[in-house]
Amino acid sequence: MAEVALRKLVKRFDRTEAVRGIDLDIPDQEFVVLVGPSGCGKTTTLRMIAGLEEASDGDILIGGELVNDVPPMDRDIAMVFQNYALYPHMTVFENMSFGLRLRKVPRQEIRERVERAADILGITELLERRPKQLSGGQRQRVAMGRAIVRHPKVFLFDEPLSNLDAKLRVQMRTEIKRVHQKVKTTTVYVTHDQVEAMTLADRVVVMNGGRIEQVGTPQELYHAPRTRFVAGFIGSPAMNFLPCRLVENGAVLSVRLSEQLAFPVPEDRTARYRPYLDKALLFGLRPEHLTDPRNHGRPHVREFAVMLDVVEPMGMEAMVYFTIDGTEVCARVEPGSVTGPGRPMRLAANLEHFHLIDPQTELVL
Amino acid sequence: MNVAAIGLPGRRLLGLRRSLARNRRWALVLSYFFLLVFAVFFLAPPYYMIVTSLKTNVEVAQLATNPWFISEGVTLQHYIDLLTKTQFPIYFRNTVIVTLCSVAITMVVSILAAFSLARMKFWGSGVLATGIFLTYLIPESLLFIPMFQIVRSLGLLDSYWGMVLVLPTLTVPFCTWIMIGYFSSIPKELDEAALIDGAGYLQMLWKIFIPVALPGIIAAAIFAFTVSWSDFVYPMAFLYSGDQQVLTVGTVTSLIRGDVYEWGMLMAGAMVAAAPPLIVYAFLMDYYIAGLTAGATKG
Repeated sequence: MAEVALRKLVKRFDRTEAVRGIDLDIPDQEFVVLVGPSGCGKTTTLRMIAGLEEASDGDILIGGELVNDVPPMDRDIAMVFQNYALYPHMTVFENMSFGLRLRKVPRQEIRERVERAADILGITELLERRPKQLSGGQRQRVAMGRAIVRHPKVFLFDEPLSNLDAKLRVQMRTEIKRVHQKVKTTTVYVTHDQVEAMTLADRVVVMNGGRIEQVGTPQELYHAPRTRFVAGFIGSPAMNFLPCRLVENGAVLSVRLSEQLAFPVPEDRTARYRPYLDKALLFGLRPEHLTDPRNHGRPHVREFAVMLDVVEPMGMEAMVYFTIDGTEVCARVEPGSVTGPGRPMRLAANLEHFHLIDPQTELVL
Repeated sequence: MNVAAIGLPGRRLLGLRRSLARNRRWALVLSYFFLLVFAVFFLAPPYYMIVTSLKTNVEVAQLATNPWFISEGVTLQHYIDLLTKTQFPIYFRNTVIVTLCSVAITMVVSILAAFSLARMKFWGSGVLATGIFLTYLIPESLLFIPMFQIVRSLGLLDSYWGMVLVLPTLTVPFCTWIMIGYFSSIPKELDEAALIDGAGYLQMLWKIFIPVALPGIIAAAIFAFTVSWSDFVYPMAFLYSGDQQVLTVGTVTSLIRGDVYEWGMLMAGAMVAAAPPLIVYAFLMDYYIAGLTAGATKG
């Protein structure tokens, strides 16, 4: 096991810079998820750690050792690919033992290691089957087994659940977390699915345009995003963003969203926001903080009326959509409280959780 | 969706179904008709070969009899004479040696070439891949003159080992091209997984690519076998002695003497010469089709 460190890491493809000088420290045994939209450089970063792409600039250290020029086979890493990359002509046992056989591990030890990994993953009865005889979930388990048997310093996962259906994805997510809790190997996991990132990671690295936007625990990213991108990317449905202006009514600061709607700024934030008085800003509030009035009675909750446009019932909750001054807004409410499309409804905004964003710098204030 | 839902009255739907059934029947009738025409067209020569090889010399010479049927009894004399009184067994042995060696050389060269061109991106690899295919487009009737100089300078004129050297020039380009397509269709993650597992490039080729690409490799091998077995121009140009000759040229030159045609033995020779490729195709046809189409449909 080992820590991974990236120092000013850059990857250029011809003139395009896919990764733009990122720095990241991953301590031993940590489960780190790189998340971001397509083309943000997350997979390229993972492939550079694996040695499948050469770094154009910067350093990659695994276990304190500089590995920029070390070939993949000597980096002591194991990788699980999106499409499993199982060898189709080999049985599950042969697939899992391939790396060990190449490293001339004694036959008895190979058998023991494969059987132990198969036991952890619950695939003991599949060892003699070939990949084409397995379901998607079983193949994914075999791919993980192939990584586990090697006892590598670092596990690398490249969107391993993308090819699975929604139900199996949730199941395998838990499986991956359970395996990590058992083997405790340093893990770097790439996904574009923020739910996967939040549920699996000790720390999440949000990437955008080849740069790291923010690194933090799932809770930190959710509650204290540093940029508009992170605020919008983390959370489902995404955070609502509304143009607003910071105004002063006597000694009280308010966020004005429209002619009719303004929310008072909580006292503990007044000093922080005062320099932005009268400036055009963005007001950010998650749908789950915009909900039924009956659940709120706290001081930072403000009620207001809206006219519903669309209602999406989802069983235990419902998403309702409406507009404030031309901008579409989503709220997460209890299904029983929904009036219906084209009808008015009272909602409550929990102002403990709103964010103000400077549209110029895109930074959360 | 029921009939009412899509707004079609029942009678109209029934009419549509009947019309589709009628169209399908016509398509099938036409398919069978053309398949039959092609089958007759392609099977007529082998049938004629078999029939003639089993006739007596007297019947072959009689112009009055129907050439498509045996009317004066079946004989195996032509086959016996071919194997005992001519150099045919030597031609057959030489052809087997030449074919097996040139197929082996072809496969080694083209598997390595295709692997490097499909997977190891290097400067000019794309141009090189196209260049290899272009060499396949030059006909052997043009190539045999410069090739003659090369074979002579190597002292291999009138030796079937010269053929072992020359025939791969015909087979390597096409086989490489087929296998580039096949290797390219193998997911890139498979070699990356092998690299991470600790395989070098040759191990990756031997343990992953060759087993996975076996249908493509067999297709290429069948092609190389067919070309080597049936080539006529090069042995005609480079081989003169009977003990060095191969089937294609040897059968014709030894059984047509001036204006005397040994039709019975010629047909028997053609039958025996055609047997090995037929057997190879019969057993490996599925692989052959899978291999060719995999290369062809790669996106």
